[in-house]
Amino acid sequence: MARSGALWQRLHRWASPPGFYRLSTRWLPWLGAASLALLVLGAIWGLLYAPPDARQGHSYRIIYLHVPSAFLALAGYYVMAVAGAIHLIWRVKLADMVMSAAAPLGAALTFLALFSGALWGKPTWGTYWVWDARITSMLVLLFLYLGVMALRQAYSSRETAGRACAVLALVGTVNIPIIYKSVDWWYSLHQPATIRLTAAPSMHPDMFKPLLVMILAFYVFYAWVLVLNTRAEILSRERRAAWVGELAEERVS
Amino acid sequence: MNSLVPEIDAWGPGPGAGFTALLRRDLLLAWRRRGEVANPLVFFAMITALIPVAVGPDPLLLARLAPGMVWIMALLGTLLAADTLFREDYADGALESLVLSPQPLWFLVLARVVAHWLVTGVPITLLSPLLATLLSLPSSGLWALVIGLALGTFAFSLLGAIGGALTVALGSGNVLRPLLVLPFYVPVLIFGTGAVTRAVSGGESAGPLALLGVIVALALLVSPFAAAAALRVGIDG
Repeated sequence: MARSGALWQRLHRWASPPGFYRLSTRWLPWLGAASLALLVLGAIWGLLYAPPDARQGHSYRIIYLHVPSAFLALAGYYVMAVAGAIHLIWRVKLADMVMSAAAPLGAALTFLALFSGALWGKPTWGTYWVWDARITSMLVLLFLYLGVMALRQAYSSRETAGRACAVLALVGTVNIPIIYKSVDWWYSLHQPATIRLTAAPSMHPDMFKPLLVMILAFYVFYAWVLVLNTRAEILSRERRAAWVGELAEERVS
Repeated sequence: MNSLVPEIDAWGPGPGAGFTALLRRDLLLAWRRRGEVANPLVFFAMITALIPVAVGPDPLLLARLAPGMVWIMALLGTLLAADTLFREDYADGALESLVLSPQPLWFLVLARVVAHWLVTGVPITLLSPLLATLLSLPSSGLWALVIGLALGTFAFSLLGAIGGALTVALGSGNVLRPLLVLPFYVPVLIFGTGAVTRAVSGGESAGPLALLGVIVALALLVSPFAAAAALRVGIDG
């Protein structure tokens, strides 16, 4: 019991905005260094050393940006929704800060996935936009992110905005799998699979390994940016708190 | 045996009583301003008249577009009407007494949604065969359209309640509510139009309609609770 009590105390200290701020100051250099190293490694490996594709030539190399950002766009929604749930249930202020930091980040990654996909589509399919199942569900995901961001903007009270966004994000988590399945079904109904990406399992290991590195790099990068965004959110919300004032004086002196 | 103490029902009226009372009140209010309630239907009919004007009167083209167009219009019609779902009660304070009442809030939300569906979704569904025929939809697709719309508009009302509850405290005239709920309408639209397209091309429409039923069941499970939670947030804040 004593041990679990100590654990709870620690958890509470981490979950307080100043506690998290101090703790994350120690993480930041490691996260930054790891994500930069992995990004550089994955990019050089994927762009220079992976073999060109038999059919698509060099243009396929955009997957090293496209696939990881699509991964994180989807995972980011769940990060946001889980943070929202923690805020809604336990009223942890830090969770709401994480949530409001995760929304624009996830929206940016979704946009990046859509944009890189469109650029890739031009040489591969001959057009920037095809109403393919995955593209359509990514577009719906972008709308879901934008909805959460717009709802947060609309409320003048921060506390209410956080809880309203959490409810919306949680409803979204139930809906995302349904939307994905239904869009798949819609696609198979409307048009046979004439246009298909080169299927991932048939990928050559020499192409696949740098992709794995890039996915890992994006995960670490996501964590880094999320922590940075959350810290900025903490400072802006607690700017009148004494500890932020002390921090600012420390920096100046 | 006569007891001196009068029998008191300590539990008060059950949840069913609150449900029926709210449903009756809403339907009565709707009946007393029939003209206002008919507006979404007029909207539905007017947009139908605009489509041939916009894309040309070719019956073959119209028949191809008809399933999607009728569905989109039904969606817009219910969306338009969903604005009144909670807002008036919020403005005059009735919503607070609903939240404070000993009745479970999610059950009252469900009563409100059912009333909304009866007032908007059902008339739109009943009107749809007529408008679909005007758009030269083959009669083989009409049953799939009517059954699909009956289910689909109920799902629209359920999902619309979440958006209405989330934006209830934000004042009138904002376009946020449609933005929040439209992504959730995508599956309903897919299965609804899918059923009609299949029926028209001579296929089996029972599959998509059953999936539409699944979506309604899921929305029934999630939406009253989510809308009730959102209403509490809106009233607190």
